[in-house]
Amino acid sequence: MKAYLTRRYLFSASHRLHSDAMSDEENRATYGKCNNPHGHGHNYRLEVTVSGPVDDRTGMVCNLVDLDGFVEREVLSRYDLENLNMLQEFAKNVPTTENLCVEIFEILQRGFHQAHLERVRIEETMMNAFEYSGTAELRK
Amino acid sequence: MVYLTRKAEFSASHYYHNPDFTPEENRRIFGKCNNPHGHGHNYTLEVTVKGEVDPRSGFVVDLKQLKEVMHREVLDAMDHRFLNKEVPEFVAQIPTTENLAIAIWQRLETKLQQAKLHRIRVYETPDLFVDFYGEA
Repeated sequence: MKAYLTRRYLFSASHRLHSDAMSDEENRATYGKCNNPHGHGHNYRLEVTVSGPVDDRTGMVCNLVDLDGFVEREVLSRYDLENLNMLQEFAKNVPTTENLCVEIFEILQRGFHQAHLERVRIEETMMNAFEYSGTAELRK
Repeated sequence: MVYLTRKAEFSASHYYHNPDFTPEENRRIFGKCNNPHGHGHNYTLEVTVKGEVDPRSGFVVDLKQLKEVMHREVLDAMDHRFLNKEVPEFVAQIPTTENLAIAIWQRLETKLQQAKLHRIRVYETPDLFVDFYGEA
């Protein structure tokens, strides 16, 4: 039986949305307040969904200890209480929550193999959320 | 096709233990969840059904009937129970959130009139939930 397990995590980080491909005026017009040169922060809520057959012996899709350990080590410790613009992956890439979703999805896809990665979802605020599932269709 | 979701809450205790594992394996794999006296959660259940809207009633499903079925099949059996000892599915199966979602699907699937079951979502805590769509 195939089941989908979703775990939520919290991290806080700052960013500034600014693209080198645009003029200052275009940046202001595109990103508005998010273009403020000193940046601003969010409490991000991250949801990681993995799927797979439920193991007969353990009753689990994967051991939560493994998922929590991986996310803590590879994602939360990388992004929590950081300025995203200072990180290598956002040196040229604007740290929008769309791009953050893709980055986190790829970190998990590269390194977490105990279950199939379905989806990464991030709530930047209570009012907006972003989802990425790689090349697969999002399962609703 | 329209999807309708009905929520319910129940509180229950459980522990994780596989008699085929050694005591050390049980402790290593299940950690604190292996404590034989159990521990509890406030579970939130979301039942999503799908169907065409009936032109006469404007309903996908009779909510009253859905609510009754959820109460009879799930809440009466699981609310304020020790899942391992009081719910037949979990005498031989470990009551993980995955298995709970599957058991609830199986309890509800054949009991619904009109609409078809689409998804069972069980929140063990606000930060952990499992979805089951009836997939083999």
